[in-house]
Amino acid sequence: MDFSLTEEQEMLVESVSRFIDNDYDFDGRQKNAASETGFSNELWRTFAELGWTAVPFSEADGGLGGGPVELMLMMQQFGRGLVIEPFLANIVLAGGVLRRLATTEQKSRWLQPLIAGELQAALGFAEPQGRFNSADVATVAKRAGDGFVLNGRKNLVLNGGNAALIIIPARTSGKQKDRSGITLFAIDGGSAGITRKAYKTVDGHQAAEISLADVRVAPKAVLGDIGLGFDTLQSVMDEATLAVSAEAIGIIRAMHDKTVEYTKNRVQFGVPIGSFQALQHRLVDTLVACEQTYSLLLWTAMVCAANDPAASRAISALKYQVGSAGMHVAREAVQLHGGMGVTWELDIAHFFKRMTSIELLFGNTDYHLDRYVSLS
Amino acid sequence: MRILLNRRLPSLRLLRYGNCVWNQHNQAGELAMNVNLSADEMAFRDQVRKFFAEKYPADIRFKTDNGIELERDDYIRWQKILYAQGWAAINWPVEYGGTGWSAVQKYIFANEIAEANAPDMVPFGVKMVAPVIYTFGNEAQKQRFLPDILQSNAWWCQGYSEPGSGSDLASLKTRAERMHDHYLVNGTKTWTTLAHMADWIFCLVRTSSDVARRQEGISFLLIDMNTPGVSVKPIITIEGEREVNEVHFENVRVPFGNLIGEEGKGWTYGKVLLQHERTNLAGTARSIFQMRRLKARAMQALHGGEPLMNDRNFARKFAATEIELKALEYTDLRTLAAVAIGKAPGPESSILKIRGTEVSQAIAALCMEAAGYYALPWIPSQYSVGFPVAERIGLGSETRTSLRYFNNRKASIYGGSNEIQKNIISKHVLGL
Ligand SMILES: Cc1cc2nc3c(=O)[nH]c(=O)nc-3n(C[C@H](O)[C@H](O)[C@H](O)COP(=O)(O)OP(=O)(O)OC[C@H]3O[C@@H](n4cnc5c(N)ncnc54)[C@H](O)[C@@H]3O)c2cc1C
Repeated sequence: MDFSLTEEQEMLVESVSRFIDNDYDFDGRQKNAASETGFSNELWRTFAELGWTAVPFSEADGGLGGGPVELMLMMQQFGRGLVIEPFLANIVLAGGVLRRLATTEQKSRWLQPLIAGELQAALGFAEPQGRFNSADVATVAKRAGDGFVLNGRKNLVLNGGNAALIIIPARTSGKQKDRSGITLFAIDGGSAGITRKAYKTVDGHQAAEISLADVRVAPKAVLGDIGLGFDTLQSVMDEATLAVSAEAIGIIRAMHDKTVEYTKNRVQFGVPIGSFQALQHRLVDTLVACEQTYSLLLWTAMVCAANDPAASRAISALKYQVGSAGMHVAREAVQLHGGMGVTWELDIAHFFKRMTSIELLFGNTDYHLDRYVSLS
Repeated sequence: MRILLNRRLPSLRLLRYGNCVWNQHNQAGELAMNVNLSADEMAFRDQVRKFFAEKYPADIRFKTDNGIELERDDYIRWQKILYAQGWAAINWPVEYGGTGWSAVQKYIFANEIAEANAPDMVPFGVKMVAPVIYTFGNEAQKQRFLPDILQSNAWWCQGYSEPGSGSDLASLKTRAERMHDHYLVNGTKTWTTLAHMADWIFCLVRTSSDVARRQEGISFLLIDMNTPGVSVKPIITIEGEREVNEVHFENVRVPFGNLIGEEGKGWTYGKVLLQHERTNLAGTARSIFQMRRLKARAMQALHGGEPLMNDRNFARKFAATEIELKALEYTDLRTLAAVAIGKAPGPESSILKIRGTEVSQAIAALCMEAAGYYALPWIPSQYSVGFPVAERIGLGSETRTSLRYFNNRKASIYGGSNEIQKNIISKHVLGL
């Protein structure tokens, strides 16, 4: 068993970690979250300059050829830093689709600018009636001339308000919940017929509700084969689930550490509250939760890196663990901070909110436990 | 509900549930349980229900039903309606303007106000400081303060906690020095709920540090918020709203006449008040109401094309919470029965605080789950007056869900944290 990192991986971790420690302070994050775009474009360009936006893409595509392990390493750091820049939406979701399906021409049009940090993108992975089932696609694409006309609605489109490129899964055949018959379309965010209601999310990120009314697209907007988009969508969603799970581990580790520190310093009844055994045991439990979740993350990343067919099952196992153990750590961290834990001013509250979003994102704890059972 | 009032054998009688009639929670807003209400009690319930139907202003109800923040004026207008009816101070002795209701009547009222989704009286005046004033205050203080509290002419806030003194309240440092004709107050109170709306603050202050037990140097002081030297700074809480504040006192002159009781006895008075606070925290009637709303939402939300309420996972969690809530309701009723035979709510009431807050947090979490991805938009402006409800992002009025859920993390922290409640139980109930 070898859990050590390669030299390149070490360098990647160090590069992101140093940035989080030196250049990504909480106050700046809060200010950028409140701005109109909801993040810093300048920092996003820095992500590109440092090569992070290129990590998951092949060298042929101008990327660095990273895989699930590299993704996991970066996301943990982003979690620890409460990063709001849209890495998930651009690189994991939209980039994940483009990497798998785009033609050379489509790549040069969208993927290269995406990697360069010049294009904002999004993937409409959810519909209001579908809850966590990404095969539940009621958005319809009808042939019109040599192109298509799209009608439908997507909710929680991450980065959807900023995206110049929106990838929309739409039904070209089959029934509403069929896995076949889903086609992925690359659509210009400014196309006629698109209405976007952009909003901030509780965790300081941003998203949009997008409706499509007779949106006309050309044949070259189709990504991959007509009617066969679901498998790709699912792989991308799996990868995104791994990504947010890794982010969650960065979050709960930070929450745990900060809480241990806080209980060492906060004095009540003449002693640090960390000297109360009732609290000591609870912090031991949160440590155990962090360690167990981290172990499962390593296993999952390895299963994914080996292209194991059981990867989806491992990802569901991980997401279940992240949802249950992670929320436990998050609740305890807030509680043990007392009143300070529920203030806007302290990062603990914002870690808590991001953890809460992650519990829901790409399927909540129950959803993934069910999926784990069905894949077993 | 005679079983609860039997003076001779309350505990035995309580075990006899033969005459209880169980109801499904229904839309008409029935009590969760009919505990053999007498004809008089039934008539009382109908009277209360009629009052809420007729007198609870439609515009305020619209706000509470749709998650729109109430303004100070809304509270005051509503509280004055309660006052006009004689129901502003249901717990006070009749001589000061209380109702003289039995425990059962109070229980009925708590259920009906929850079913009407009407706000409770803001607690700091009527529920917290008033009992201290009428129990320990002098005649002049009673005459000066109680009528304004009763009529909602004065808004109060609670100044106990300090930055360095939360759970360990007795370590508080805000000083009141005795000058020739007044106290000079210096220090900082924090987490002061609604201080930005308050006219008065009741404080625990240190009048002496030259005492054997630090509790003995603490006094109970009433301070006019308009006194020079008092300043209020907002603290924004996790969900992004302003509810609590820091209150600073810089050379604030407070007349001697604003001291309650004796100097150095404030801790004893304040503890009475804390007990009072603790009995109001189970909130079962509100939780029952929230569960019904949750069910309605979970019927609306779809999961695999079916109502989420039909999803086995969700239904089981809903049921588990409902069962816990039922147990809590009966624990609450047992406390009520004890009060009815003249026992003060003891340390057992800590159980109500612990479980009450845990259940309300569990309900809030289920509401998040029912909202699904619509739990995530953070758009506080959607809940301001005048924002068209139909244009909100989400499935409807439920999208205040996340604000409530995050805000409600406070419930296990304030009013004596749940850890402190457990310390109380282990010490005073278990004798450990
Ligand atoms: C939203 C909100 C509104 C509030 N409103 C008011 C108000 O209007 N007026 C007012 O006076 N106060 C108010 N409070 C203050 C509240 O009562 C305190 O927050 C509470 O007493 C806890 O104190 P603390 O925040 O300093 O936490 P701390 O006392 O520092 O506690 C931190 C953690 O340590 C635990 N802990 C502390 N001591 C022990 C122990 N001996 N054993 C085991 N665990 C322990 C606590 O349970 C908590 O989990 C409010 C608080 C909040 C969050």
